Amino acid sequence: MVNPIGLRLRGIHHAFALKGQDLPVLEDVDLDVRPGGSVALLGPSGCGKSTLLRLVAGLEPPRRGTLEADGAPITGPDPSRVLMFQDPTLYPWRSVRANAALGLEARGLIRTEGARVDDALRLVGLHEFAEAYPHQLSGGMAQRAALARALVNRPGLLLLDEPLGKLDSLTRLKMQEELVALWQREGFTTLLVTHDVEEALLMAERVLVFSPRPARVVSEIAVDRPFPRHRDDPHLVALRREVLETLGLREAA
Amino acid sequence: MSASAEAGPLPAAREARPWRIWAGGGIAGLAWLAAAALVLAWPDADDYGRTELLGGIAATVGLLLLLAGLAGAPGPIARLRPAGPWLVALAAGLIAWELVTAKLDLLPRPFFVAPQALLEVFTDDYAKLGDSVLHSLLLLIPGYLLGATIGFVTGVAMGWSRRVGYWAHPVLRLIGPLPATAWLPIAFFAFSTSRQASTFLIALATFFPVAVLTWSGVASVAGSFYDVARTMGARPWFLIRKVAVPAALPSVFVGLFMGLGSSFSVLVVAEMMGVKSGLGFYMQWSQGWAAYANVYAALLVLAGMCTGLVTLLFRVRDWKLAWQKGVVRW
Repeated sequence: MVNPIGLRLRGIHHAFALKGQDLPVLEDVDLDVRPGGSVALLGPSGCGKSTLLRLVAGLEPPRRGTLEADGAPITGPDPSRVLMFQDPTLYPWRSVRANAALGLEARGLIRTEGARVDDALRLVGLHEFAEAYPHQLSGGMAQRAALARALVNRPGLLLLDEPLGKLDSLTRLKMQEELVALWQREGFTTLLVTHDVEEALLMAERVLVFSPRPARVVSEIAVDRPFPRHRDDPHLVALRREVLETLGLREAA
Repeated sequence: MSASAEAGPLPAAREARPWRIWAGGGIAGLAWLAAAALVLAWPDADDYGRTELLGGIAATVGLLLLLAGLAGAPGPIARLRPAGPWLVALAAGLIAWELVTAKLDLLPRPFFVAPQALLEVFTDDYAKLGDSVLHSLLLLIPGYLLGATIGFVTGVAMGWSRRVGYWAHPVLRLIGPLPATAWLPIAFFAFSTSRQASTFLIALATFFPVAVLTWSGVASVAGSFYDVARTMGARPWFLIRKVAVPAALPSVFVGLFMGLGSSFSVLVVAEMMGVKSGLGFYMQWSQGWAAYANVYAALLVLAGMCTGLVTLLFRVRDWKLAWQKGVVRW
């Protein structure tokens, strides 16, 4: 088990400088996540939800607003808040094991804590592929390796930026289940960005729906169903219709 | 969690092959024996010292190839199989060359040289040739390593730091494309020995391609590669050593390869212009005596040295970049 992190975001504004002009991406976003909670950020592609994850990861400071992790302001990246990208971004020159060891190596813990690497690989079912190189892995396996690389750091907060977005649909369904099981067992806080309504409803306790860019929270839905959930649960099907209507997709609903 | 099982590569199906002759090897053997017969049986048009040795070598090669062909190229000899047509062509070339020089004396001497005259250089002057190779290597390698090291460090610094890039880029852009040999007059004037001057020029010739390609390699590393390491607590020095440099390595090796090529040309020019040793000097000196056989022999040795060094570099690259798929084979 890990120390789950609680999040508190207030009045977050952010913009990109593009050709000398400011392009607003986030507008007055507030967000609270309880320690060990699971929140999905749902919105159209390119609306700015990924930017919010980068801010929480500490990769960039916001233009305005405050971000706090367990009450302390977020000023930079920290291994307790690990971001997992849509692409596995494994280093092609490193084996799966060496990729997973990245965080421990970066912090000089590889000698004392090296055993964690194999534990994490076993957890994601890749221990037999530890010596393989990324180009030898399938898309799902590569994303599992990226997950192992994140878990090695024993994060209190796992930031998932559409981590299943590029997988084939069967692998995707399987990994949704696996991520939920992992979250329940390990107890870390999860913040998931997705544009898949069903995925959000399956994996999160709360779903925040964002507007198109600049992103603001337009509605918040509590998904009060036990895990593991089933996609044909009538309650979820009704919620799905509700969310799609919020997003302005009445026809699709 | 369980990984979707992915089948590993199947072991290559090996069947016991029945004994079969290697026809290419047999034909090549006969061709070499024919060349040997021509060399030995037809009297030379002039007095050549190494005709018997040349014939003996050709006969030995022919016999061995014939035997290998009849035995079906067993064991390690099987690797020669693809060379079959080349072995025939080489024997045919030797026959033609022998005819127009030593036997019929059709081509003007001393510029055209008989095969046995070339062989004579190797048997009689091998000590001086070997010494020249050694001196060339002793001049080339320190200069190359110096230039490659400085080029690599410069390239990484330019790719990593915007400020270094700002100051170094215009200088590199102006000075870099200049052929290193253009510095020859200045270098021999500025340095107290021709050895120092040549080392400087070789280093300069190596520096430019290594610096530019390292720089572009580091500059084009995907930002997400850095983000991944940063979220896990990596410091800048870790990012340079463990992310930027390995990611740029394929490009660095292209630079090292190009640098090696330009260092060869500077080496030879330097040895012809000022340094009193090495293969370049040997060629220049032999040419002064109209000893063209020695010039050709030195050229052949130089070619062997250069291709050997390039092969060595490619071996190192293949070993370092084993994770890459489909790299060019040398």
